[in-house]
Amino acid sequence: MLEIDHLALDFLRYRGLWQREAVPCLRDVSLSLVRGEVHAVVGASGAGKSLMAQAIIGLLPGNARLRGELRLDGAPLDAPRQAALRGKRLALIPQSLAALDPLVRSHRQVTWAAQRAGVSAPRAAAERALTEVGMVGDSARRYPHQLSGGMARRVLLAMATAGEADWLIADEPSVGLDPAHRDGVLDQLRRLADAGKGVLLITHDLRHALSVADRVTVFHAGTTLETAPADAFQGRGKALASGYARALWRALPDNDFARPPVHEVAPLA
Amino acid sequence: MLEAHDITLGYRPGVSVLRGVSLQLAAGEWLGLSGASGSGKSTLGRALAGHHTLRSGSLQLDGAPLPRHGLHPVQWLPQVPELAVNPRWRIGRILAEAWTPDAALRQRFGIGDDWLERYPHELSGGELQRVAVLRSLAPGVRYLIADEISSMLDAITQAELWQTLAEVAEQRDLGVLVIGHDRALLKRLCQRRLWLENGQLCAEA
Repeated sequence: MLEIDHLALDFLRYRGLWQREAVPCLRDVSLSLVRGEVHAVVGASGAGKSLMAQAIIGLLPGNARLRGELRLDGAPLDAPRQAALRGKRLALIPQSLAALDPLVRSHRQVTWAAQRAGVSAPRAAAERALTEVGMVGDSARRYPHQLSGGMARRVLLAMATAGEADWLIADEPSVGLDPAHRDGVLDQLRRLADAGKGVLLITHDLRHALSVADRVTVFHAGTTLETAPADAFQGRGKALASGYARALWRALPDNDFARPPVHEVAPLA
Repeated sequence: MLEAHDITLGYRPGVSVLRGVSLQLAAGEWLGLSGASGSGKSTLGRALAGHHTLRSGSLQLDGAPLPRHGLHPVQWLPQVPELAVNPRWRIGRILAEAWTPDAALRQRFGIGDDWLERYPHELSGGELQRVAVLRSLAPGVRYLIADEISSMLDAITQAELWQTLAEVAEQRDLGVLVIGHDRALLKRLCQRRLWLENGQLCAEA
């Protein structure tokens, strides 16, 4: 089990030449991810979802100050352990396509990822991972700039799965994909969870997250408001505990498409 | 009325992305446009906003050719707002490049006074998208091409953005072409929906 326990995060920055101030970005983030589940994390952009992903994997910038606790299978997930597990048991599918090396063909990057993870036959593992995401033949041999945004995203997914990590943190893996490829990526995450892996799906797309997720944690202004089973998102959202989660659900175009009353989305009192 | 007559255009010689596309967008109308990725939706959107040289066919605004200089009356809003702004300019200067919206309108788009001093990278994608939309509403703009502008926004921000835009569009009688994959969204917003396939348009039921 991957546990995040009251995590808070500040960024230190200079104000003028001498003064330093701490800018709070995560205030109170708690959730638990178990094997076999797709756990969606939804919320507005700027709410701190990606920072949480970087905190889990241990790739925060140097001026970040972290409080609270991360645990993996009961033991603290501290910086040395993160470094040891990163890319092996713990994999991140980053949001930015800039994570690909622009000078290396895609299939080699995936092979490297498998190598780093210590897979015994990295080439075959890379081949398998690329086939799984529908990148076969010529398209797998292209350079990143020759790929469309959707293809590049699928290469990132292949890099994360080639190493057979147990825990996958997918940061907006389906953004910019057309509906067919989006469903393909989400289905693959579902299959990975069904095969016993723990998948954290960070997304702003509540509608499609619900089609694969078991549980959903709602994020707002650096705080996790609630974790609800996916089937709590139905009807008028009466089963949801927080006003923000209800407002998010009702704002979908096939529900009310409504701008919620201000008091419903206001941060915690 | 914004009209495209039988337009054909492409990027490489011998290959046409759009083949004989005609459409009409009336003032105050909301028209939806979908199609698979690579079908030419964005190319059509940019062509309407005058970004492309046509191989054949013509574009007309109220029966006259579109102006070649000055602020274009058809504005294209890209999916990624970072593409639409100069990263070295502060938000205030970015807005002022097109026009000076009053504080009340800025407020309706949720753009705080303190944002004006910030740089684009200091705003989130959704926040910057609102800046780009507000900038496109300069006086003289008659039609907007909204190319997947809300696909990276959460549901609440999306609903807020479209409602604010709908209010302003109604006041000013703007015509809006909404390009997107989200069927539910297009159904909500648009009276008429079109489907682009193999460079040609068809009406969608």
